[in-house]
Amino acid sequence: MNCHETQRWLPAYLDGEVDLVSAVAIEEHLKTCARCAQAYTNQQALQTAIRGSGLYQPAPMALQKRIQMSVRQAGNVAPIPRMMRWRWFGVAAALACVAILAWGLGRAWVAPAADDRLATEVLAGHVRSLMADHLADVESSARHTVKPWFAGKLDFSPTVEDLASQGFPLTGGRLDYLDGRPVAALVYQHQRHTINLFSWPAPQANDTAAAAEELQGYHLIHWTQAGMTYWAVSDLNVDELQGFVQLVQRQSGPTLAP
Amino acid sequence: MQDQTQQVRFEQIVLPHLDAAYNLARWLTGNDQDAEDVVQEACLRAFKFVGGFYGGNSRAWLLTIVRNTCYTWLRHNRAHELTTPFDETIHDVECDALNPETLLLHHADQQLLQRALEALPVEFREVVVLRELEGLSYKEIGAIADVPVGTVMSRLARARKRLQHDLAKRRNGED
Repeated sequence: MNCHETQRWLPAYLDGEVDLVSAVAIEEHLKTCARCAQAYTNQQALQTAIRGSGLYQPAPMALQKRIQMSVRQAGNVAPIPRMMRWRWFGVAAALACVAILAWGLGRAWVAPAADDRLATEVLAGHVRSLMADHLADVESSARHTVKPWFAGKLDFSPTVEDLASQGFPLTGGRLDYLDGRPVAALVYQHQRHTINLFSWPAPQANDTAAAAEELQGYHLIHWTQAGMTYWAVSDLNVDELQGFVQLVQRQSGPTLAP
Repeated sequence: MQDQTQQVRFEQIVLPHLDAAYNLARWLTGNDQDAEDVVQEACLRAFKFVGGFYGGNSRAWLLTIVRNTCYTWLRHNRAHELTTPFDETIHDVECDALNPETLLLHHADQQLLQRALEALPVEFREVVVLRELEGLSYKEIGAIADVPVGTVMSRLARARKRLQHDLAKRRNGED
C-alpha cells in the first residue's frame, strides 16, 4: 500500500473499520513510512482528546420527567386534574357504600375471576409447551421414572399414573409455574393430541366437581380432589377430555388402606 | 390498554437512550433549550412509532428520529447553517507534519476542542459526535444520517483534518 492509499484508509483503520488484509497492509506501510506514521499518531491523539474531553452532553434530570408527562398526555392517560379530585370526595362516599354491599357478593365474584385468570395461565402453559419444543423435562412412559424426577423439585409429590391401557399413554413430565407457584405438569398423548395435566396442592381442602370450559379452541377441565388442584388442557374434543379426567379422578382418589 | 402497552414499550425502548438523544440534539442545535425541545418532539414521534419498532438497535432507531427532528428544526431556525460550505482550502495545509503534542489536549483545553467542534458544518459535526462521543459504527452512522458508509468515512476524515488544523491554529493563536 502506498502513501496515498494509506492516508485515504487511515481514518477507517483508526476506527477498526477496515478488513484484516487491508489492516495488515496499512500496518506494514506505517512501519516504513515516518510521514504516514506521524499522520496516524496525530489522528489517534485527536481521537483520544475528543473521547476523554467531557464533551458528552447528558440529558438534564428534568427532561425525562417532562417527556414522560407529554407522552402520557399524548397517550390520553393524563393524570387527574386538581378540580376533579374534589369531585372524587362525593364519588368516594358513594363508592364506599357500593363496596360494602359488593363485599358480600365478592366471594362469589372473585372466585370465577381468579379461575378465568388461571385458565388463561394454564392455556398459556399448554401452548408454550407445544410451541417451544419443551414438552417434557423428563421423557418417559414409566411412572417410576417420572414420579421420582419431581422429588426435590416440588414441595409436594404429584400423582403420576400411566393410562396407556386406557388409551392415554404418559409421555413425560416437566415443571411449570402457575398461580404464583411451581407445579407439576404431566404430559399424556391420545392419538395425535397432547394433554397437559397440571397439579398442585389446593388452597382449600374441600373437593370440587370437574368444570369444563373452552378457551381459544382448547378445552380445559379443572377440579379439586384430595387436597390437590388439577387442570387438564388439550385440543381434544370435550367428551374425550372428560373421559381422560374421569380416569385420572379414579386413580387420584384417596387410596383406602387394604 | 393499548396505550399502556405503548407506554411500557416507550419506557423500555426510548427512555434508556435519552442521554444519547440529548447529546446529539445539543451538538446539532447548539444550545440547551432548543436541544430539550427537539428531544421532546423527537420522543413524541418515537412514542407514536414505537409500535412499529420490531427489535434491532433501539439507540440507532431513536437517534435517526432525533437527527431528522434536528434537521427540521435547523431548516426553520438556522437555515444558513445547512448551507455553510465546507472550507476545502485547509486540505492544502500540511496537517500531517504537526507535532502530536500540540494536539494532545488536556482537560484545560476542553473549551478549545468544543469551539473547534462547534465550528464544523453540521453534517461533519454529526459524524464526529456519533463516532467519537456515541461510539457508533460506520454502518450505524450511515443508517442514521442516511448516507453510504463510504460517505461516513470521507466525512470523518475531512472533519478530523479540519479539527486538527483548527486546534493547531487556535493553540498557536493563544500561545
